[in-house]
Amino acid sequence: MAESLRQVGHAIEVQDLCKCYRTHTVLDRVSLTADHGRTLALIGHNGAGKTSLLKILLGLSRPTTGHVRVLGQNPEHAQAELRRKHGFLPEHVAFHGAMRGRDVLRFYARLKRLPRRDVDELLEQVGMSGAADRRINTYSKGMRQRLGLAQALLGNPALLLLDEPTTGLDPFLRRDLYDIVHARRDLGAAVLICTHSLDEIEQRADCIAIMRQGKLIAQGSLDALRQATGLPVRIRVATVPGQARAVAEALGSGVDLQKVNDRSVHLDCLETEKLGFLRRIAEQPERVRDVEIQAPRLEQIYAHYVGEGKPQ
Amino acid sequence: MNAVLALALEEFREGLRNRWVVGAIILFATLSLSLAFLGSTPVGELKVSRLAVTVVSLASLSVYLVPLIALALSFDTLVGERERGTLLLLLTYPVARWQVVIGKYLGQVLILGLAIALGYGCAGLVLALVDAETAGGWRAYGAMMASSWLLGCVFAALGCLISALVRQRATAMGLAIGLWLAMVLVYDLTVLGLLMADTEQRLSAPMFSALMTLNPADAYRVFNLTTLDGSALVSGVGTLGAQSSPSTGLLLGSLVIWTILPLLAALFVFKRQEL
Repeated sequence: MAESLRQVGHAIEVQDLCKCYRTHTVLDRVSLTADHGRTLALIGHNGAGKTSLLKILLGLSRPTTGHVRVLGQNPEHAQAELRRKHGFLPEHVAFHGAMRGRDVLRFYARLKRLPRRDVDELLEQVGMSGAADRRINTYSKGMRQRLGLAQALLGNPALLLLDEPTTGLDPFLRRDLYDIVHARRDLGAAVLICTHSLDEIEQRADCIAIMRQGKLIAQGSLDALRQATGLPVRIRVATVPGQARAVAEALGSGVDLQKVNDRSVHLDCLETEKLGFLRRIAEQPERVRDVEIQAPRLEQIYAHYVGEGKPQ
Repeated sequence: MNAVLALALEEFREGLRNRWVVGAIILFATLSLSLAFLGSTPVGELKVSRLAVTVVSLASLSVYLVPLIALALSFDTLVGERERGTLLLLLTYPVARWQVVIGKYLGQVLILGLAIALGYGCAGLVLALVDAETAGGWRAYGAMMASSWLLGCVFAALGCLISALVRQRATAMGLAIGLWLAMVLVYDLTVLGLLMADTEQRLSAPMFSALMTLNPADAYRVFNLTTLDGSALVSGVGTLGAQSSPSTGLLLGSLVIWTILPLLAALFVFKRQEL
């Protein structure tokens, strides 16, 4: 299991991809790349086209126009070969309740032509070896999701596609799930996660792509997106009671003060101005008790993008 | 081929786990055993063997029951997996769509075969212990079992087609029940009505036998009434069919065609579907 999955070229390469049905367009000139050893988070409203994009990447649906390469191959033509190399966890999946977890996994392993011992190893890895011989009916949501993840990890895939993998899971399970996925990423697998949980993916994705109404409207690292949006950094200063106004005045004129009261000052500034302000705040140690800096959250970045030029 | 086998075995295993297999075996066994014993009472004085009576009465009940079981097994083949989200997942594996349909179908047909073999087989065994029978009688009993399985294959194929056509499990169930009613009951009643209304005898014997051959359920019925020499005596319809009964080859051919065509249609429909 420890062999490296690192490969040359992009894991996913999509150019000018369109998918149209008779009455509407679900994907509109989408261009996107994902690399080996990195996690790409695909975020967007329901119906933004994330699942449609996944289906095309999986070779389940045909693009209307555009160029798609998955692990260097066209998913429409290299189906059998590609399908041994990728793992997929759908958003809604309910395995047959009467079956045991181990049976289900063995069945999928057989389809990928893997030996039985891979199944036991994987069950161990996702923490399911204890429950594997119980009927799926008796599983909790978390156990079902672990089984789903185990299924996606069969055959040590070079590309992992996860559709809303953490919906309905408790925080510990979420962390476990990301730990398992990150271990695969660190071995060189490319990971694509569709999600709505922005605060959860913020620190975990190497790259973020934002979709709105079938269009890809932004792609980049969190820092790159922050810079591109030009959203302000918020600085919160807690002061000695009664000194807040004095602190604010010492920061100079033309400051974008958001809030000044008896004991606190909140101000917004650009990323580039941040250090200057911090220096000036640090120059008043007798008045300042604490400083908190908050860079724009992914949620704000997302709102900034999808809010832009909204309903047509 | 490996994938087809894996899918067939999985379908069979699911049948075992959700008690389908056991249920069908018990049902068929109860039915055949009770007919084997009760069936002999009314013909005590006739010179007809217990086995012949059992063949005829089992065949005339199987014509309702086997299609029902086959449809119940197969109506959610694809639509059930679609609703559970496992169809989408399954198709991301190295499996072709035709393999999904054929594999699952084979699993269902295996379940039916096992249920019929064990269920009807045990009644046959009991009869063999009670009476000495002629080889011809056993041939008829074997033909009844084999043709029952073939009838099951027909309706399992039709069920697969239904499951490929619709997007909701409930719709599929409704269609399956409708289909069962239409082919097993309504068709017969219609033909019977035609015969009654046909006072001028415009409906010729060949036309009648064609009507019987066209419907797989009737083909099965006529097949079992004609394989057994003695059965023509115990069956009312047999006398009617005897005048111009279609050849057994034709009747079996009808069953085979009714198996292949719906399966091909299911493959065709499923292959062209967007998920």
